Amino acid sequence: MTATLGKDLVGLEHLTPEQIRLILDTAEPFKEVSERPIKKVPALRGKTIVNLFFEASTRTRISFEFAEKRLSADTVNVAATGSSVSKGETLVDTAKNLEAMRIDMVVIRHPSSGAAEFLGQRIRSNVVNAGDGKHEHPTQALLDLLTIRDKHGRIEGLKVCLVGDVLHSRVARSNIWGLTKLGAQVGVCGPYTLMPRGIEELGVKFFPRIEDAIEWADVLNVLRLQLERMEKGFIPSLREYYRVWGVTPERLERSPRPVTIMHPGPMNRGVEIDSRVADGPHSVILDQVTNGVAVRMAVLYLLAGGRPELADAAKRGAE
Amino acid sequence: MAVEVAELTHGTADLVLIGIQRRGVELAERIAKLIEKDEGVTVPRGALDITLYRDDLETVGPKPVIGETHLPVDLTGKHAVIVDDVLYTGRTVRAALDELADFGRPKRISLCVLVDRGGRELPIQADVIGQKVKTGPGERVEVQVEELDGHDQVDLVR
Repeated sequence: MTATLGKDLVGLEHLTPEQIRLILDTAEPFKEVSERPIKKVPALRGKTIVNLFFEASTRTRISFEFAEKRLSADTVNVAATGSSVSKGETLVDTAKNLEAMRIDMVVIRHPSSGAAEFLGQRIRSNVVNAGDGKHEHPTQALLDLLTIRDKHGRIEGLKVCLVGDVLHSRVARSNIWGLTKLGAQVGVCGPYTLMPRGIEELGVKFFPRIEDAIEWADVLNVLRLQLERMEKGFIPSLREYYRVWGVTPERLERSPRPVTIMHPGPMNRGVEIDSRVADGPHSVILDQVTNGVAVRMAVLYLLAGGRPELADAAKRGAE
Repeated sequence: MAVEVAELTHGTADLVLIGIQRRGVELAERIAKLIEKDEGVTVPRGALDITLYRDDLETVGPKPVIGETHLPVDLTGKHAVIVDDVLYTGRTVRAALDELADFGRPKRISLCVLVDRGGRELPIQADVIGQKVKTGPGERVEVQVEELDGHDQVDLVR
C-alpha cells in the first residue's frame, strides 16, 4: 500500500508518481516545523550526514543543511576546494573514507552527470543527488512541484513552461520528468542553440517564441541563463537575450490569465527575468526557497526510515 | 471525563487540551465542547503529531503521511492536558512529552485517555481514564469516532 523511496534519491526519472506524491505529502507537515519557536524535531537524531559539494552552491547547500539540522542530524560540509579532492583523490575514495568514519547519508553535488548514481552503487550510505552535471536536480524539481501544488491546488492538467537554457539545465530535466509523471503538460521555450535535440521525444511542446509560451502557460519556470554560455557563443549578447527572451511585464500583460512565475535562482535580473516580474504579485520565487527546506526534510526523513522488512515485523508487535 | 478534566485543572483558566493525532484530536475537541457547555468558557485546544519524536523510525519506518501539529497558545504557565484514544506501552506519551517541551514550559501536564489497556513499557500513567481494559500483547484495541469513522465504537481485536 505504502510507497517507499529505496536507498538513494538520484533523480525523478525512475520514481513512480506514487513515490513523488509521497514526498510532496510528507513535505506538508515539515513546513510547520520551520514555523515553530524551536525549529527542530528529533526524527534523525544520531544520524550523520555529509554534504559533499564539488560545485559552488549557496541555496541548495544551505537548504539541505537547514533540513538536516531541523531533523536533528549531525552534519559535515565537504567542499572540493580545500579538501583532499584537490589533491587528486577519486570520488569513490573520498566517499569510502567518509564512510569509514561511520556516516549514514551523503548529499552530493557534482559536475559530472551520473555521479550520484555511481556513488550510490558503491557505498552503503543513502545518497541524495543535489545536482549532477546536466543530468538531474531532483530536490529542486520536487520543491517546484510542491510550490505549483500550493499555488494552484493541483498539478494534473496544468500547463507549465520551462524558459531559457534547457540544454544545460538539470533543473529542466528533473522538472520535465516530475511534471509529466504527475499529469501536467510541459512546454519548453528558448533559443534553438539552448534546446537539446529531440527534446519533443520527452513529451514536451516546443515554443520558439516567448510570446506564444506565455499565452499558453499557467506557470512559467524561468531558468537561469548561465553567463558563461555567452562566451561560448550560444547567444549573441545578454541585451539581445533580454530583448528576445526576457520575461517582462509587457509580455505577461498580453496573457489571457495570470501566469505564476518561478525561478530556481540565482536570478540574473534584467537578463532572463525582469525585476518587476521577479518581485511581482504572481512571483512565487521565495515560496520555492521556503518549500525547499520542507521537501529536503521529507526526502531525508523518508530515506532514513525506509526499511520495509523491519517495518512489517515491528507493526505486528506494536500498538 | 470532561468533568474530571475540569476538576483536575481546578477550573479552566489555564487549561489547554492537546489531542494526539488522529483520534485523540477528535476526543479533545469533544471534551472541550462539553467543558465549554458546562462552564460557559472557551477552552483552547491543539493537535500534536508525535511521529517525528518516535524512537522507532528505523524499525517501524516512516508513516505514510504525518498529521498536522498546531498549538493555539504559548504553553508556558498553562496546564496542558494530553488527550489520546488508547494508552498502551506509553511510548506515544513519552514522545508527546518531549514534543511539548519544545513548545514551552507548561506548569503542569496531565494525561487523559479513553481506554487504558495496560502493558506499559515506561513509567507513565493517566490522570483521567474512560475505561480500563485488560488485554494481552496479541490483542489490539481499536477506537472509532464518528468524525472520522462514521460511528463511535471501541473494539477489542484478537
